[in-house]
Amino acid sequence: MEHPEQPLAGAYFVPAPSCWPALGALALFCLGLGAALAVNAMAWGGGLLLLGALCLLRMLVGWFGDVIGENQQGCYRQQEDLSFRWGMGWFIFSEVMLFAACFGVLFWLRLVALPTLGSLDYKWLYPDFSPSWPLQTAPQPTQSYRAMEAWGLPAFNTLILLTSGATLTWAHWGLLQGRRRQLQAGLLCTFSLGGLFLLLQAFEYHHAWTAWRLTLSAGAYGMTFYLLTGLHGLHVLLGSLILLVVWRRVRRGHFDRQHHFAFEAAAWYWHFVDVVWLLLFVLVYCL
Amino acid sequence: MDLASNTAHGMVSAHKPQGLARWLFATNHKDIGSMYLWFAFCMFLVGGVLALCIRAELFSPGLQFFQPELFNQLTTLHGLIMVFGAIMPAFTGLANWMLPLMIGAPDMAFARMNNWSFWLLPPAMTLLLLSFIVPGGAAAAGWTLYAPLSVQLGMGMDLTIFAIHILGISSIMGAINIVVTIINLRAPGMRMMNMPMFAWASLITAYLIIAVMPVLAGAVTMVLADRHFGSHFFNAAGGGDPVLYQHVFWFFGHPEVYIMALPAFGIVSQVIPTFARKPLFGYSSMVYATSSIGVLSFMVWAHHMFVTGMPATAQLFFMYATMLIAVPTGVKVFNWIATMWQGSMSFETPMLFAIGFILLFTIGGLSGVTLSVAAVDVQLHGSYYVVAHFHYVLVAGALFSLFSAVYYWFPKMTGRMYVERLGQLHFWWSLLWFNVTFFPMHFLGLAGMPRRIPDYALQFTDFNRIASIGAFMFGLGQLIFLVNILYSLRHGKTAPQQPWEGANTLEWQIPTPAPYHSFNPPPQLETAENGVVLSMRDSGQA
Ligand SMILES: [Cu+2]
Repeated sequence: MEHPEQPLAGAYFVPAPSCWPALGALALFCLGLGAALAVNAMAWGGGLLLLGALCLLRMLVGWFGDVIGENQQGCYRQQEDLSFRWGMGWFIFSEVMLFAACFGVLFWLRLVALPTLGSLDYKWLYPDFSPSWPLQTAPQPTQSYRAMEAWGLPAFNTLILLTSGATLTWAHWGLLQGRRRQLQAGLLCTFSLGGLFLLLQAFEYHHAWTAWRLTLSAGAYGMTFYLLTGLHGLHVLLGSLILLVVWRRVRRGHFDRQHHFAFEAAAWYWHFVDVVWLLLFVLVYCL
Repeated sequence: MDLASNTAHGMVSAHKPQGLARWLFATNHKDIGSMYLWFAFCMFLVGGVLALCIRAELFSPGLQFFQPELFNQLTTLHGLIMVFGAIMPAFTGLANWMLPLMIGAPDMAFARMNNWSFWLLPPAMTLLLLSFIVPGGAAAAGWTLYAPLSVQLGMGMDLTIFAIHILGISSIMGAINIVVTIINLRAPGMRMMNMPMFAWASLITAYLIIAVMPVLAGAVTMVLADRHFGSHFFNAAGGGDPVLYQHVFWFFGHPEVYIMALPAFGIVSQVIPTFARKPLFGYSSMVYATSSIGVLSFMVWAHHMFVTGMPATAQLFFMYATMLIAVPTGVKVFNWIATMWQGSMSFETPMLFAIGFILLFTIGGLSGVTLSVAAVDVQLHGSYYVVAHFHYVLVAGALFSLFSAVYYWFPKMTGRMYVERLGQLHFWWSLLWFNVTFFPMHFLGLAGMPRRIPDYALQFTDFNRIASIGAFMFGLGQLIFLVNILYSLRHGKTAPQQPWEGANTLEWQIPTPAPYHSFNPPPQLETAENGVVLSMRDSGQA
């Protein structure tokens, strides 16, 4: 048997059989079943979730380890590289559509649903409801809450993410010009700024939830706020982890001026998350 | 044109893993394609049994076998399993098997991820079926999972939500694989505007999947949040809106219709030219028609919601936009007919199913245009007319095209011929009983019988009996297909490299059965429209 590490000239790299996808399927099964049990407060839920998460983690480490190993052995050349680029691009497109759906929910509620609920037709149901934004209560009065303020912490967070985009580009310049120290420092800065963003976001959530009583059940404002910023936060978390992996790879001497798509993919993802935040800042916090 | 030598040089070599590991750890597009197809067929049987339960209950008015709650679970799971477990995986499986062979790719672009896409299906379907035995039973809100019903149901709904998440991940990865394979792995000389229509259809379908599956995931996640985390996305009292769910769902749901129809168009566009022994008529107009459907399908979703109290302007917009889709679809139908016109046609089983597809899909398309008229839809919404309409599109459309494809490519996949007489019997049997089942439903709907109800008024009895008898006979007929396949796999006649005289796309230029690894490195091609291969030689690097 010829070894998969030595591809023929002109041939496309097709990996050998791998156990990681099957493990990943098991992981998602455990996560799905565990989550369904856990949200219903039933036995085994938490345990299955943990098991699923561990399996998924093992799969990610093993799978990406394989990919990185193949890459270091030179299995990936121009055509394979292009496949990764297209693949990453379409993945980001699917994420764009996910956020588009969530922004659509915000627009629909603000522009159509709430004005309707506040209109004369619904006065007999919700006589005291007025659809100003940010809402002070839901149509059926809950406890009142305070809305977020754009020009405090959120503005600072915007600054952090914008800066992180800049430091990432700075790191990219370093990579392109062979200045490895600049590359490392830039990545570390970006990662740290991402972490700082998440910390501040967590602080903001905590404060809003407890002190301002802005909860998920606090009407259209609260739920769209947590839906959009929460989804974005998860993406920042994922992006930060990707950056961390890239940083570790840089420290091991991976990547050169020509071949560094993992870095670029991380950068694409990070800039995508940045742009989503700018939209969030304008549409959720400011308007 | 000896590609056998070419194929043996693949870099993972001709080594073929054995036993369970071959399937569980597969990175071979043919193995993964086969798993997809078998899995889809099993789910087709499961979904079919649920359908027969429904038809058994509806054989007579009154409650026979199932309480209304269970009946609703049956209709819901029938829909979900057929859509996500049978039809979509079957098309993905076919794309897996045939795309690399048709465009000269060594495999799918991401072979390992391909395996994950498949192996996520059994867990997701297990979660879905598991929901029958949990407290409260399976989801009973219809396959559309409308709020507020879906917010109120028991934990079966949670299992359904997570199953849909997993199915979404699976189909998005499968779609990314298809798109990248088509864009990046075509053999030199296989230009985009010469690609087989099946490749074009798969490309646009995959793009639709990537665009709308995340939207569905978002919708069910909000349902989950409403159920357990205290939000009120779909509850007006909490500042949300139940109609919002319908908007988000149908923004996914309508393109989903084309996700299940476009690959069928692609298959028929390969089969008809082969058996008419003529090139596909109007190839480029086919490409543009498919692409324009890919765009238009995002602008019509609210035609499912004409009775939700939309403003008249919105009704008019969605009505006309929907009618507009009949134009590219009509272009396709006329192109197929023109392809057959004056061809030297022969009527082997794949061709029969393809022609059956054209005939019955057109009927389904026309009842769709009827439903697109907002004023008419107000009367027909939620009636059996709608059930008749989408079963003409999905059973006689998607399913018939799948049968056509399986018969067409069976020799290339297995190296053996299916039994032609059984195939013909399967077709005529299916054609007859399909119409016996679903044609009366038009009249039931026009007369006002609502869908998703286990009981009905006495005057609907006769047509329901006819439909139920048809359904059981149709279901029985699918066993002919299974027997044919199982028998032919072992005892079928050995198939030649090119069993169909008129077939001249790339997959027929390699040995039969297709070798385990093919086209690595890719061949140098000279092609014509619709994937027709004019000449092929080794790229010289092997
Ligand atoms: Cu539609």
